[in-house]
Amino acid sequence: MIPIRAVFQKEVVDNFRDRRTLLSALLMGPLFGPILFASVINLSLKQSLSNIDEALDLPVIGRENAPNLIAYLESHNINIIDAPQDLDGAVDAVKLGRHDIVIVIPETFGEDLADTVPATVQLISDQASTTAEREARRAMRALAAYNSELASMRLTMRGISPVIMRPLNIDIVDVSTPSGRSAMLLGMLSYFFLFALLTGGMNLAIDATAGERERGSLEPLLSLPVKRDYLIFGKILAACLFMVLSLSLSLVSFYVTLKFVPLAELGMTPNFGPDVVLIAFLLLAPFALVGASLMTLVASFTRSYKEAQTWVSVVLLAPTLPILVVSILQVRASTELMFIPSLSQHLLLVGLIRNEALNLLHVGVSVAGTLLVGALLTWLCARLYRREGLLG
Amino acid sequence: MIEVTDLHKSFGDVKAVDGVSFAARDGRVTGLLGPNGAGKSTALRVLYTVLKPDSGTATIDGIDVVADSLGARRRIGTLPHGSGLYPHLTARENIAYYARLYGMDCDSIDAAVQTVIEQLDIGEFADRRTKGFSQGQRTKVSLARALVHGPQNVILDEPSNGLDVMATRALRDLIRQLRFAGRCVLFSSHVMQEVAALCDEIVIIAAGKVALHDTPDGIRNAMGCEDLEEAFVKAVASVGGL
Repeated sequence: MIPIRAVFQKEVVDNFRDRRTLLSALLMGPLFGPILFASVINLSLKQSLSNIDEALDLPVIGRENAPNLIAYLESHNINIIDAPQDLDGAVDAVKLGRHDIVIVIPETFGEDLADTVPATVQLISDQASTTAEREARRAMRALAAYNSELASMRLTMRGISPVIMRPLNIDIVDVSTPSGRSAMLLGMLSYFFLFALLTGGMNLAIDATAGERERGSLEPLLSLPVKRDYLIFGKILAACLFMVLSLSLSLVSFYVTLKFVPLAELGMTPNFGPDVVLIAFLLLAPFALVGASLMTLVASFTRSYKEAQTWVSVVLLAPTLPILVVSILQVRASTELMFIPSLSQHLLLVGLIRNEALNLLHVGVSVAGTLLVGALLTWLCARLYRREGLLG
Repeated sequence: MIEVTDLHKSFGDVKAVDGVSFAARDGRVTGLLGPNGAGKSTALRVLYTVLKPDSGTATIDGIDVVADSLGARRRIGTLPHGSGLYPHLTARENIAYYARLYGMDCDSIDAAVQTVIEQLDIGEFADRRTKGFSQGQRTKVSLARALVHGPQNVILDEPSNGLDVMATRALRDLIRQLRFAGRCVLFSSHVMQEVAALCDEIVIIAAGKVALHDTPDGIRNAMGCEDLEEAFVKAVASVGGL
């Protein structure tokens, strides 16, 4: 036991002095990820929020042809602005991006309406551009509303109830809670945390074999009267410590950044208070053992530090796979799924953010299953460490 | 006391060590001499248990390196070829780390580290991080690390590599001190003068076999040469090692 402690303490001291480890463990993973995530969400939220409130500027050609339509649009939060002279000018303006959308009302509009012939309204937009598409949709909605209003009036004038045109009454009942909607958005959060956790111990895991070998310190180390199992246990434990440290930092930094994201304005109230941060930490922390042992295992197969870095980076992507599959298949949490590391953490975290009651059985299976897989991988590492091929 | 009997070790088709036997006794300095690729390092690596022999036995103070590798390792201090240090730790911390792993008492570690630092005259840079140390400084720290627990048997693989004249002389003095203290010193080298100046016994290895094992004078007589270097070349040629 004493050698494990000696190795553990040495690795901790060594890595706290290593700028590369510190940078990736305590800065990149924990801070960069959540801040990037939060600012991207912030930006996209701001954009979609402002678009609902702001009046839409709509250039119209031939507005004098349809005064009633123009009045209707203006009363529905749309500013009619000056448009290019003719159709060609309008197409050019949209192509060049001067306008997102232009509406053209032909001279025959009033005549057609009076004759109850479908009157044409042209809407010019670039459907490939996302902002233009959104504006076009708003304009379309306004035109469709005007359309059905006119239709109703015509039916009423002929003594027919407009209700006849609505055989179906579609009533959408949205059962999503504000926390539930946040879970969709914050579903990728679990990956950010697992990513931060893994980056925290990456350098230590590589150093355990590839790094020591490249430096030439592995051979003297192995000639010491210490069981090789103890050496590898000490190293994996140290990697776990850095991973857990990185995880807690990223949770805290996310807790702080989330305060600056106006999620409530979108009807989302993510359940991410201090108590949730603590529970999330306890749910995610067991994954450190899996991460540390898996990375050490992968690194021990490689010949050099560089090669190890390449392969271990692949491990960084490993936890995304189950999460990805689950998000596509829309799988719900079940006891069997709790045996799969990273997936179980993801499902539990999503449930937590949804403000659902924690299923203690699920938590138990997740923690035990993850630790079991971690122990198995650690055992494999220890076996590999006993090979003489380890020296390369 | 280190004893090697009919040791074999191959890597694929290459027979690195092909039936080597020799003994290195306490209170004597034994030199393993041979051309590059003769199998010196492989033999030493079997002795400090990072390689397992294909056949044959090796014992340290009577302890078999395969059956009780942990016990054998407790009896030795080693300086493997091209030993590396931990660059973020100071020289003192590097040495103390090994002292802890040798299982020394926490109370005695500081004193033992200080003793070996003085012995090897590395006090000047003992509290600097080893990043950027010269080859000579690194070798000295590695050596201190190998000797901190006062091992009965000392195995050094090309210890004088990269050392300047002063450092080489200091190393020789150290090895003589170890001999005087009754330790068993086994070291490999391909530098003739060094072996001639230090060794009580020389084991000449070539092509994985022992070509000759004798005192320096014995080797000169056996080969009929006044010059040890000539004798060495003849001995190596006799087993087809050239």
